[in-house]
Amino acid sequence: MSEIERHTYDVVVIGAGGAGLRAAIEARSNGKRTAIVCKSLFGKAHTVMAEGGIAAAMGNVNPHDNWQVHFRDTMRGGKFLNSWRMAELHAKEAPQRVWELETYGALFDRTPEGKISQRNFGGHEYPRLAHVGDRTGLELIRTLQQKIVSLQQEDFRNTGDYESYIKVFAECTITRLLTDDSGAIAGAFGYFRETGDFVTFEAPAVVLATGGIGKSFKVTSNSWEYTGDGHALAMRAGGTTLNMEFIQFHPTGMVWPPSVKGILVTESVRGDGGVLTNSEGTRFMFNYIPDVFKDKYATTPEEADRWYADPDNNRRPPELLPRDEVARAINSEVKAGRGTPNGGVYLDVSKRLPADVIRKKLPSMWHQFKELADVDITAQAMEVGPTCHYVMGGVEVDPDSGSAKVPGLFAAGEVSGGMHGSNRLGGNSLSDLLVFGRRAGLGASEYVDAMGDRRPKVTESMLVDAEAEALVPFTTDGGENPYSIHAELQQTMNDLVGIIRTESEMVDALEKLAAFRERVTRVSVVGGRAFNPGWHLALDLKNIIMVSECVAKSALERQESRGGHTRDDFPTLDPNWRKVNVVCRIDGDSVAIKQQPIIAMRPDLLGLFDVEELKKYLTAPELPNAELPNAELPNADLGKGDL
Amino acid sequence: MATTGIEAPGRAQIGAKTLRTDRWWITPLVTFIALSGFLVYSTWRVLSNQYYFYEPYISVYYSPCLSNTCVPGSGFANTPISWWSLSPALLTAWIPLAFRFTCYYYRKSYYRAFWMSPPACAVAEPHGKYTGERRLPLIFNNVHRYAFYLGLLLNVVLTWDAIIAFRNHDGQWGHMGLGTLLLVANAACLWMYSLSCHSCRNAVGGRITHFSKHPVRYQMWTFVSKLNKKHMQWAWISLGTVVLADFYVYLLASGRVTDITFF
Amino acid sequence: MGYLAKFRVWRGDNEGGGLQDYAVEVNEGEVVLDIVHRLQATQTPDLAVRWNCKAGKCGSCSAEVNGRPRLMCMTRMSTFTEDEVITVTPMRTFPVIRDLVTDVSYNYEKARMVPSFAPPADLEPGDYRMAQIDVERSQEFRKCIECFLCNNTCHAVRDHEENKTSFSGPRFLMRIAELDMHPLDTVDRRQVAVEEHGIGYCNITKCCTDVCPEHIAITDNAIIPLKERVADKKYDPLFSIASLFRRNKDDRTAPPAAKV
Repeated sequence: MSEIERHTYDVVVIGAGGAGLRAAIEARSNGKRTAIVCKSLFGKAHTVMAEGGIAAAMGNVNPHDNWQVHFRDTMRGGKFLNSWRMAELHAKEAPQRVWELETYGALFDRTPEGKISQRNFGGHEYPRLAHVGDRTGLELIRTLQQKIVSLQQEDFRNTGDYESYIKVFAECTITRLLTDDSGAIAGAFGYFRETGDFVTFEAPAVVLATGGIGKSFKVTSNSWEYTGDGHALAMRAGGTTLNMEFIQFHPTGMVWPPSVKGILVTESVRGDGGVLTNSEGTRFMFNYIPDVFKDKYATTPEEADRWYADPDNNRRPPELLPRDEVARAINSEVKAGRGTPNGGVYLDVSKRLPADVIRKKLPSMWHQFKELADVDITAQAMEVGPTCHYVMGGVEVDPDSGSAKVPGLFAAGEVSGGMHGSNRLGGNSLSDLLVFGRRAGLGASEYVDAMGDRRPKVTESMLVDAEAEALVPFTTDGGENPYSIHAELQQTMNDLVGIIRTESEMVDALEKLAAFRERVTRVSVVGGRAFNPGWHLALDLKNIIMVSECVAKSALERQESRGGHTRDDFPTLDPNWRKVNVVCRIDGDSVAIKQQPIIAMRPDLLGLFDVEELKKYLTAPELPNAELPNAELPNADLGKGDL
Repeated sequence: MATTGIEAPGRAQIGAKTLRTDRWWITPLVTFIALSGFLVYSTWRVLSNQYYFYEPYISVYYSPCLSNTCVPGSGFANTPISWWSLSPALLTAWIPLAFRFTCYYYRKSYYRAFWMSPPACAVAEPHGKYTGERRLPLIFNNVHRYAFYLGLLLNVVLTWDAIIAFRNHDGQWGHMGLGTLLLVANAACLWMYSLSCHSCRNAVGGRITHFSKHPVRYQMWTFVSKLNKKHMQWAWISLGTVVLADFYVYLLASGRVTDITFF
Repeated sequence: MGYLAKFRVWRGDNEGGGLQDYAVEVNEGEVVLDIVHRLQATQTPDLAVRWNCKAGKCGSCSAEVNGRPRLMCMTRMSTFTEDEVITVTPMRTFPVIRDLVTDVSYNYEKARMVPSFAPPADLEPGDYRMAQIDVERSQEFRKCIECFLCNNTCHAVRDHEENKTSFSGPRFLMRIAELDMHPLDTVDRRQVAVEEHGIGYCNITKCCTDVCPEHIAITDNAIIPLKERVADKKYDPLFSIASLFRRNKDDRTAPPAAKV
């Protein structure tokens, strides 16, 4: 075994997006020596892609807004599958987290009184999203990055060393969490991308903040980093993930040119009058209004057109149906052969608004299409289609502390599960990062405090194992190219476990995934260890395959349609399925799932809802003051899917 | 050749001073020719000490004409300076020169075209050492604002010159010739060039942190900011009008043409 | 539709390297980064390149294409002719790590030298009030995606390695300007701008503005205003005298000093 660089910290944060940085700030503020490990350069995390804003019930624009309303919106959005405790903490604490950003130097857009301006967004009852134009994510990441720098400056003034309390290990990938015999976290093992040299972090607490799993799918708005590392690391260390079947497909991603396939086209395009048509020129959304929404959406183009000027006396255009409905409709049109040459549909705002208004209202979209696609959206239609955007599921954590099922392991942000239930509202993700990033940092600090000097030890044998595992692709000669396996896997997931799922396709996908799992042990890479993207992908592939199997198995298990999970063979929402999470854990080389009951919501929170509304989501015995059930309940054969 | 720059140890060993494939050298070349031409012309005119006044027009180089050696009728404020024997233009022409020399736009253009520091973006410069504007004499560029203030005074005088150009050769109001037009245009362009200046932008409001507490200055700053976007254009246009206006006076005063009068 | 393009890509590390020729397929609508990825997937799996978002929002894929500092993801292939040789090299101001990847730690070190935002000590979170017109100037600078193309292009460090110790480049002069214009900041960074970040090195040749993929007017809106503010304090005796008589005094303080 080669000499391995070793560092000792109190807390190691893996991931430097919003959640990771906020966790690190909290850990450092609690006096913990903290390492931030990130796959990219510091400040490049995927959080920068968030456009809309940060949802927080500050009530700056509409004073009626408060945490209860935000909580209700969040639970409705997630179809009541959310961890209600997380939704409660999130709604209560989001305003403080946003205000805190201002003390770090963030510059949000302002109201006339000089407060933080808030904008409307889908699913939020009041204007709630704090924003900076359409680059809120960039503001968030830069603000947190600069706060870290300011803490480092403070440490420099006190100790003479910038990195005495927080050090950023950029372009460093963690391949394995190290646990001692009791199963508690002892540290983490990884490699520096630049040199290929290995590194060991000894630390009793690790915070996972690695983001999502978008790179399991072919068409995605996510960057290469989104390979499900945190999900896989947690499961390999003995942790669990839940709700992995719930994946948000954003209805409008770019489909052309190929270089930007999947990049988001913001919801505001439709809000400002964008119309969806198929290759025959039909405004098809009128054919896809579900019964439950019949009275809320216009049934003729004439009425829909009137809504923009007079929303009080007309119903909304069906282009503004919830994300999952629009995504499914586009998917159906394309499958029926009415798609554009590049496999999408047309989204046209040019016929509705004058060119200068489009440029003013949608500046970044105008630039995005002009510079990336050479399409002038003031004169031409955009081609759009659904794109994998966000995974609602993730590492199962304790809502208050962010601790996973492994002692010393914490998770926050997209990598953690529960908060968003089956579907996330726009704007709730940035606030999620801040609220639970802070809580995970605090949870980790308290865990370290409680532990005293009895820290788990990293042993030589752990490192020997980890190093050997990471070097396997170099020892295989003439094996497969990791790029081609990845491309095939993405196609498989897109085709078989995509927006619309059926049992037979998912069974097929699981067989293919098993084959990928086997093939990936035989990939080989050329070149040396210094900045070798082939090697990096070969290692990431194992994580991608593991989380893909979780997604496919969970999706096969859940026999209903809810939020980000749509079954062709079980097209409706079933209140019995609301009572359980599908939980995924490692099982030999593969993964196994089981159903796990959800803890009933606290009565005071349940009391925030109308009983009539609750009836849509809950089974009769769960309703407040429920009488004994006498009606026949849908039977989902719960328990059958146990391990 | 700089060995510390793109060939410094550790950097990618590429060799070529630039890999640009476009004709990057055109802009600095044109700038070099145009500015050199202007300097040569101005030097000639300033030193020539003749043909700078033809009632009612005065050359911009010689206004205000402060020495009692000024040709009759061209003097300003009773020509207060009596001890000056060289060209009277030397008394004042250094002001616009200083204004333009320290101007943020011209600095860009001469650093690129004359100093080749750098000749164009991502084209290696030929100097071994570079200290910027931190030492004498270039540190003087930091007092651009004083040249700006003096330039404003000069603009007032030139505006007055343009106004009195509405008098005819014999001093009666109600005249307009090509010279009048050129003097008016020149004064207007010089105002636009001066007001669009970066120092002006700072002075009217740029230095304030809280615009919301100074609404009038905020409006002024907004206005100057708009002009400022075209500062380069005004720099070149006004350079052209200076030459044109002066050259026309030269032609008239030297008797090569007669004034074209409109009324 | 597709054609074979002639690419010359710099391969190597800090010990040496050179331009290598490749013929690689190009399809309609692609950008330079797509072609680099195709090279990776089909010809040179170990070709090192940094990238993340592919949409010009993260600032990772900075390089030089035909000698011009660019984001590879924002350089469309349609801007080149089919028979043109397209040369891709790493940024030439920073030490190379491998192939198209450079060591940009210079930028992070400079970032750490800029005194951070310092709000009034008694202002509670939630009580911050700022007018939109007061935050707009700094907001423009906060559009920066830290691709470091400006610092790469600036000849003061590109052509003069030795200036790296005393000059922070446009990115961080702009950061100082951003804080100087922040309506709730309490620190005066003008001295630091001169002494530690070398604003005097800037000769406003505007290459930073030329290459900025976010189209931030770095020179006109950040560096020149900062130079003017420095002049207010340092080079303008009249201004100093006038400020003695001013009602609203500039009560900003010097940045905090080290205790050890």
